[in-house]
Amino acid sequence: MKKDKLLMGILVFIMLAGLPLMLAQSEEPKEYVIPIEAKQFSYTPNIIEVNKGDRVTIRFISTDVHHGLYIDGYELETNARPGQDGSITFVADETGKFAMRCSVTCGSFHPYMIGYLKVKPDYRLFGSIWLALGILIGSVILVSRRQKP
Amino acid sequence: MNDKKDRILGLIPVDWRYDLTSLPYVRRMFKSRWMPFLPIVLNLFVFTVILMAGLTGGVSAGNYNFGIMFVWIVWWVLLMMVMVPVFSRIWCMVCPLPAFAEWMQRGSFLGVRKKLIGLNKKWPKPLKNMWLMNFLFLATTYTTGFITTRPLATFILLMSIIVGSIVLSMIYERRNFCVYGCPVSGFQGLYSNLAMTEIRAKDPEVCKNHKLRECVIGNEKGYACPWMQTPFSMKRNTYCGMCLECFKTCKYDNMVFNLRAPGTDLLVDEKRGLDEAWKAFIMLGISVFFFLIMQGPYGILKDWANANTIEGYLSFVGIHSVFNLLLLPGIFLVFAYASQVLGRKDVPLKKVFINFSYTLVPLGLMAWIAFSFGILFPNSSYVLHVISDPFAWGWDLLGTAKFPWTPFMTGVMPYFQIGTLLLGLALSLDIGFKISKQTFQNREEAVRGYYPIAVFLTAATMFLIWLFTG
Ligand code: SF4
Ligand code: SF4
Ligand SMILES: [Cu+2]
Repeated sequence: MKKDKLLMGILVFIMLAGLPLMLAQSEEPKEYVIPIEAKQFSYTPNIIEVNKGDRVTIRFISTDVHHGLYIDGYELETNARPGQDGSITFVADETGKFAMRCSVTCGSFHPYMIGYLKVKPDYRLFGSIWLALGILIGSVILVSRRQKP
Repeated sequence: MNDKKDRILGLIPVDWRYDLTSLPYVRRMFKSRWMPFLPIVLNLFVFTVILMAGLTGGVSAGNYNFGIMFVWIVWWVLLMMVMVPVFSRIWCMVCPLPAFAEWMQRGSFLGVRKKLIGLNKKWPKPLKNMWLMNFLFLATTYTTGFITTRPLATFILLMSIIVGSIVLSMIYERRNFCVYGCPVSGFQGLYSNLAMTEIRAKDPEVCKNHKLRECVIGNEKGYACPWMQTPFSMKRNTYCGMCLECFKTCKYDNMVFNLRAPGTDLLVDEKRGLDEAWKAFIMLGISVFFFLIMQGPYGILKDWANANTIEGYLSFVGIHSVFNLLLLPGIFLVFAYASQVLGRKDVPLKKVFINFSYTLVPLGLMAWIAFSFGILFPNSSYVLHVISDPFAWGWDLLGTAKFPWTPFMTGVMPYFQIGTLLLGLALSLDIGFKISKQTFQNREEAVRGYYPIAVFLTAATMFLIWLFTG
């Protein structure tokens, strides 16, 4: 029983320790211009990270064929041919990870041409990790509680 | 040690059943020889279009090809999200791919013949397990970069299943191809243990008094179980292809189609083995690799899977295989060992390892469902295009050929994925403790032996949540 309590203590501690991370205040909003280069079948950079509230302008450049860029969740789209850049400007007010998908059929792997936009802090990730831990703790309590002699 | 009063997720009793065939029209339908013949024929029509589109599509980009879109969006998503989790192997009931083989073997579409055509050999004993299907499915995933993007590759894959089933049906009896050889059969079998429905005999007394066992040997109403099961004593969904023959052969109407709590087969301690354990690892591992290749941001992996260079492709095959066949089982072994040490040392490690590997089934299937959301929401609008112009000949059958690619609900998609994975964790933990009670001798040992597995499952869930949505 002692060991159980210890284990539970550790788990609860981890959960509580995570809280400040979730509640952390983000810094002052900034303004970014981020160039993204598209080439069959990936983006460079493939992951862009900004903070909540930042104002982001993506300059979208293609170096081979006609590509597009669609941002999940934000539902914004642009596209570019070589020499003809596209651009999107938005305020990153939704946090989390959002796929950026190619929106112009550009070849066999076109549906898999994907990059990520990450807007910090990712409450959703913290929250769900927290929930998973909660389920574990709940389960541990449930199974170790009903001790019949 | 297994409690009769146990409930799945504390809600539905493990032994709760509702007999859907108690509804007269369901039973009448199941007993008719037109079932499943009719849905197979309809499905055959769809697959003929798929094959033609695959052939005419050649190596063009697959996202505007009927074959690619129907197989990898409609079929795959339906299979993983609805068919397997709810209706077990209902796909195999209506699968048109081995239909030619079966019709040839029987020499009849609807009638029941005494003798099957072909050599009717028994399946070799060493292959009576999932290993062949494990390797065949893994090998199929080596070609994922092609089969999901080039229409011709999907054509070749489907044709090889058709030809394979015909060849094997002429050598071996009944549907041995489906039971032991079809690449997509193994995971349907394993994951069907989680399904919410089952085909079983209702009253064991009736079967005991029926010495003739017509469900096993067949009669004038229907064939002997084509999947070589013993319907009267079947306890798990794994190898039941839901062909419905036993509903026809049983003259006491003792075969039933039950609704039940999900996952109860995972608690059946019968025919568990390393082959199924590895199936569970392979499936979980492939969900990670598929995600990275299809929905991840790393161009190099895509180049590898697309075989831009031989070295790249071999790296993909190598890493993919080592991860699924060795690394993942190896990590799990460490946790199984910890479980044995904490639980009871004289329970063989192999037993602990095998038993607990079944806890990966709920989480694994939920990982595939979460993965499938990532296809469904962003890409299902392609389907509207291809049903109007299946062969890219400029048709517009339903007026939707010009419908542009339109992702929907991508903002809430991660919540669906997270919810699914957390449900998978809850189910896996629930099954995990019940399996622990079977594995160890008393409750205290079971509780201790459960901890390491619970930690593994939670860590795996967190990893998947991070991978898919973080
Ligand atoms: S085992 Fe394969 S070929 Fe046979 S019915 Fe099922 S999916 Fe079709
Ligand atoms: S037990 Fe055999 S005969 Fe009955 S539905 Fe399953 S595969 Fe068909
Ligand atoms: Cu592109």
